[in-house]
Amino acid sequence: MPEARATITPGLHGFHGGLDLDYHKAPACDRPIGEMPLVDEYVLPLHMHIGAPAIPVVAVGDHVRRGQLLARPDDFISAAIHAPTSGVIQAIEPRGLPHPGGLSAQSIVLAADGEDREAEPLDPWPDYVDKSPVEIRSRLREAGIVGLGGAVFPTAVKLATANPGGVETLVLNGAECEPYISCDDRLMQEAPEPIIRGAQMMLHAVGASRCLIGIEDNKPRAIAALQAVIDRLAAEENERRFAIKVVPSIYPAGGEKQLIRTLTGIEVPRNRHVTDYQLLCLNVGTVANSWHAVVEGRALTERVVTVTGGGVAEPRNFRVRIGTPMAKVIEAAGGYTEGVDRLLMGGPMMGFALHEDEVPVVKATNCLLAMRPVDRDPTPPPQPCIRCSRCSEACPADLLPQQLYWYARAQQFERSHDYHLFDCIECGVCSAVCPSHIPLVQYFRHAKTEIWSAEREKAKAEHARRRFEFHNERIERQKAEREAALAKKRAAIKAAQEKAAKQGDQAGDKSGDSTAKAKAGNGSPAASSAGEGKSAAALSIEAARARAKERKARAQQAQPTPDDTTGAEPRTSDAPERPGGSS
Amino acid sequence: MKFPVQTSPHVEAPSSVADVMTVVLWALVPGTVAAVWLLGWGVLFNVALAVGAAWLAEALMLWLRARPFKPALTDRSVLITGWILALCLPNLAPWWLPVVGAVFAVVVAKQLYGGIGYNLFNPAMVGYVVLLVSFPEAMTRWGAPVEGGAASLALAEAAQWTFLGVLPGATAFDALSQATPLDQWRMVVTQGGDITGASIWQGGAWSVWLNLAFLAGGAWMLYRGAIRWHIPVAMIAGVLLTAGLLWGIDPERFADPLFHLVGGGVIFGALFVATDPVTASTTPRGRLVFGFGIGVLAVLIRSFGNYPDGVAFAILLMNLAVPLIDYYTQPPVFGRKGRSGTRTEGR
Repeated sequence: MPEARATITPGLHGFHGGLDLDYHKAPACDRPIGEMPLVDEYVLPLHMHIGAPAIPVVAVGDHVRRGQLLARPDDFISAAIHAPTSGVIQAIEPRGLPHPGGLSAQSIVLAADGEDREAEPLDPWPDYVDKSPVEIRSRLREAGIVGLGGAVFPTAVKLATANPGGVETLVLNGAECEPYISCDDRLMQEAPEPIIRGAQMMLHAVGASRCLIGIEDNKPRAIAALQAVIDRLAAEENERRFAIKVVPSIYPAGGEKQLIRTLTGIEVPRNRHVTDYQLLCLNVGTVANSWHAVVEGRALTERVVTVTGGGVAEPRNFRVRIGTPMAKVIEAAGGYTEGVDRLLMGGPMMGFALHEDEVPVVKATNCLLAMRPVDRDPTPPPQPCIRCSRCSEACPADLLPQQLYWYARAQQFERSHDYHLFDCIECGVCSAVCPSHIPLVQYFRHAKTEIWSAEREKAKAEHARRRFEFHNERIERQKAEREAALAKKRAAIKAAQEKAAKQGDQAGDKSGDSTAKAKAGNGSPAASSAGEGKSAAALSIEAARARAKERKARAQQAQPTPDDTTGAEPRTSDAPERPGGSS
Repeated sequence: MKFPVQTSPHVEAPSSVADVMTVVLWALVPGTVAAVWLLGWGVLFNVALAVGAAWLAEALMLWLRARPFKPALTDRSVLITGWILALCLPNLAPWWLPVVGAVFAVVVAKQLYGGIGYNLFNPAMVGYVVLLVSFPEAMTRWGAPVEGGAASLALAEAAQWTFLGVLPGATAFDALSQATPLDQWRMVVTQGGDITGASIWQGGAWSVWLNLAFLAGGAWMLYRGAIRWHIPVAMIAGVLLTAGLLWGIDPERFADPLFHLVGGGVIFGALFVATDPVTASTTPRGRLVFGFGIGVLAVLIRSFGNYPDGVAFAILLMNLAVPLIDYYTQPPVFGRKGRSGTRTEGR
């Protein structure tokens, strides 16, 4: 049966390359979102967002209720974590994470009591228009809202990158471009109002004047549902700031920068924020949850997860509490089918394979995709690149993967820089079209990590080099200073000696003592004139002492004593500027 | 439940290198059929000998290099190398000519560079040029097309000539052979003649038919996505512009653009040889530069050089320039095209 398609909005800008994929959105996309039953144990990793891990504010044995704060954000870029249900904190210990490397990390383990009692919600703000952008941001931060499209970047921080009043257009991302995933599609179909209301709230929070909603043409029902709300608000409240833009279903149309390019024609370079261009792009689920947080005072404790693929018996979407073990979610979807050999978190293009299903659903979990070998073609072993350029023709970042591959493979990472390796968004299109079946995106991920670690090493070496240079420079300077002092001293002694000799000749022992004093090292020739007379013998003894002291001083400067070094330290405190400026 | 871990993407496998090569092989069929029709069975022997020798040479080299046989021998690229070389050879060539050329092409120009994907030069063109400089006499054994020419030799007679060098009955080799249009032109010019009057075509209609057959194959490759339009279009433009310029300067000495286009290997080279992805430029703009360069050089070599056709040399010369071309013709990366919003990015 051919997929129903909505009419694509004319006048869009599109983007280079991309891929027309088999989307496999049905049957999960055709069934309503199911309620995931409560389970016995929830595991909440303290680090399930971009930024610093959250800091637990509960102790083992504490009773908590749903929505209660479990861990507070540690830094500006961090996110709060809340209890998904009521129960007792059982442990705070390392647990397995959904991570491509199969890592473990500190997590809060909550034993559910099955009563699902709610904590006192945050103060609901139905009249959020009275609240300032700062207040709304701090509410989003309190409620643990992060980007639910997969990036899990704290939404409050994202909003904060916009200058006040610096956003003109809010872009809502409803272009769920990865095959299989339908959580945003279902959310738009079933709960369009919180999305539009949330977008209104966001328009207020960033002072934007219009909202463009980008949805792919393979989601006609979602488009109709949102359009109905927009039309109603236009009629009832004269709300005219919304426009749905139907974009072609070309992967990766839902990439933030690709969607912005499609809707506005603006290309946001890698090292720029979207907000630099008076734009802000948010996922539809993020906006809906932001609305719940601000208007109803509800923290983020659940999300919609697509459970799909040939590897599960009854593919569908579930509203899943954060922290639910994935195995339980699979169970709720009828369990695995015969022959399942792969479980992915995310879609088939950018998702990653999990080592096991005992890891929890986290805020980033938009999809659990279980596959059997029959659900995909076997990947043949890679062959040499024939430079056919299919990858570069399909690359949505306008890169030359065939050239990047050459340098990544030869470990010539500097050359990879020349070919803009870091502009790669790792969408996987190049790997998907390669007739030589080269896992290109793997090479690029690897090259990136290699370059990052090389840069860390380089920074370390640079630091060590600078320290060494400061040290050498300091030694040099001390030596020069000492030599200057000595030369001055010698000149003084010489002058004094000459004077003394003259005086000795002319006026006997009148000023002999002052010469000796000068030789002894106080270096003040002026003192000599005020000196008392001494015998010639005393004078020669003093001179010998002075010479000895001079020798000692020379020895010291050749080999500085520890005393010397520490004594000189404060003077070098200004040193970093100089080599830094010269290097 | 635990799972073995694989890497993304997890989608349907795309077409393979062998699929791409198969399109090219099919695209060679119309031109080959036309060549056999017009130039006789010798063309077919050339193809069979060159393809067979290339395949065996590939197998031998894989064995010597201790590389797996299956991927290299089933990607069909070596068949194309042999086939393309064969179509460049004279239709009355002795049996060892395609064999030597194909073996050199595969052993030296392909396998010694590391096999498919690693060769700097187009292997078929290397084989052709080696034959041209090593066996200049054998490389001129072109039989006259169609009536009375090589095409009149029956299959058995042609086989006798190819393998034993024996012609049937009283037929003299000179009666069969005929200079190619490019050779005609060269002869007239070197004798100080004026080509405006003299027919350098001599029943050259056959080459139009042959080129049309190659064009049909090229259209098929374009349609199936095995090649891109940039190189053929740029190369033909380069030929027409350069030839037109020279012809405009001195029409007595320099052949007209149309003659350049169909009188030799321009169309075949533009569609089947210059488009070899491994040795051609890989960026869109680079392909235009690469193709145009070949076109210009081919006409210059034909007009001022000592060899009958300049296409092979032009392709090899431009192969050398590919790394440079590719470096300087990188497409602008996303967000760095000048149309990126209100601010342009400095680097």
